[in-house]
Amino acid sequence: MKLITHNMLSCPIKGVKNGFPFRIEVGEVATREADFDPTFLRHILPRIEYGALRAAAASLGFADLPETVPEGATEDDAFLQALHHALLELHLEEGALVCPETGRRFLVNKGIPNLLLHEDEC
Amino acid sequence: MGRSDRPELTAPPDVFYNEEEARKYTDNTRMVNIQTQLTQRALELLALPDDGRPKYLLDLGCGSGLSGETLTDAGHVWLGMDISPSMLGIAREREVEGDICLQDLGHGLPLRPGMFDGAISISAVQWLCNADRSSHDPRKRMKRFFETLYRCLAKGGRAVLQIYPESTDQAALLTNAAMKVGFSGGLVVDFPHSTRAKKYFLVLLVGGHAALPASRGMDGEDPSDEEEAYGAVQVGQRRTKRRKGGKAGKGVEWIVKKKAQQRGRGHENIKPDTKYTGRKRKVRF
Ligand SMILES: C[S@@+](CC[C@H](N)C(=O)[O-])C[C@H]1O[C@@H](n2cnc3c(N)ncnc32)[C@H](O)[C@@H]1O
Repeated sequence: MKLITHNMLSCPIKGVKNGFPFRIEVGEVATREADFDPTFLRHILPRIEYGALRAAAASLGFADLPETVPEGATEDDAFLQALHHALLELHLEEGALVCPETGRRFLVNKGIPNLLLHEDEC
Repeated sequence: MGRSDRPELTAPPDVFYNEEEARKYTDNTRMVNIQTQLTQRALELLALPDDGRPKYLLDLGCGSGLSGETLTDAGHVWLGMDISPSMLGIAREREVEGDICLQDLGHGLPLRPGMFDGAISISAVQWLCNADRSSHDPRKRMKRFFETLYRCLAKGGRAVLQIYPESTDQAALLTNAAMKVGFSGGLVVDFPHSTRAKKYFLVLLVGGHAALPASRGMDGEDPSDEEEAYGAVQVGQRRTKRRKGGKAGKGVEWIVKKKAQQRGRGHENIKPDTKYTGRKRKVRF
């Protein structure tokens, strides 16, 4: 699971109001190179909850994202490189996503989060 | 309509697409070609702005990633969801570019609002018409699915869902469920005159009232029956037109649910659910 996905996911359990962001329990992390595409990063940046991304990246061992989005971020190559790495190259391979409201754990196995609900949760 | 052997009627999707079936599916060159073509057409109907910028898309019922790979080839970034662990296992094995989640579409999409430029789904959403467990209410599941799909699309976003409906009623059921949550748009039927080539695309728009794209293969003969006449009609309003001769019976979904309830209450001799369940009998003379 990439962190761009983590930044989009919100706990689906019925009645949960603040299901974002999932807390990450880290088992195993992998890094896989992806093509750097600044046009996509510029496109997606306004939708990213930056604080959540920064915290998630740090929990996966990547602490190079600045505290806030720098001014002129869309033309800031160093920032875009770091953003690229955080969003698209870091993978949570094993671990869990924990709902911030209910504490429900959704396991991540072989990079795939299991977001299936029990019938009483939906 | 649909295929003669409908996997939807044999087992729930996560059971049907087991390890063996998932592998067979993905290794079948003919299947790969069909899914690729369907995805290309879905992308065309998605009509993303032609600004050379990669978009962030959803692939719902992504399976082993055949549809997603076409999105990658078109330069987009995607997130896939599927209920079959085996299909997703193969997607991972094949190192698809998109990220993938194990998820039941009928439980709704666990996504923040307004995040995706568009969504596609290839050959998956007709599964939502089935009640695979006694607790399943297909109408509720469709509603939940469409509500959350509507919510997670960005303004002006679209979803294009290629489906294999079992009947015109099933196609209308899905379309109406989508319209009820606020989508506009409707069904685009390609090659409506051909039983084999006929393909259904539910084209859903968030806001706005852009005209539905034209169907392909419309230059054949006049449609001969209502099923074929379905064509690229706008289904924005609830469909009032009924099948000729009025609506017969309660529909498969209702019958299967009732039968499951009766079994649950310990009734014996309840007929098994088969592909014939709830079908109209042919009139014989
Ligand atoms: C015919 S395959 C298509 C896969 C892929 N879109 C492609 O084009 O190759 C249908 C897929 O829909 C998935 N599916 C069916 N019902 C689903 C549900 N309720 N939630 C998520 N996925 C579902 C199945 O597991 C299967 O992988």
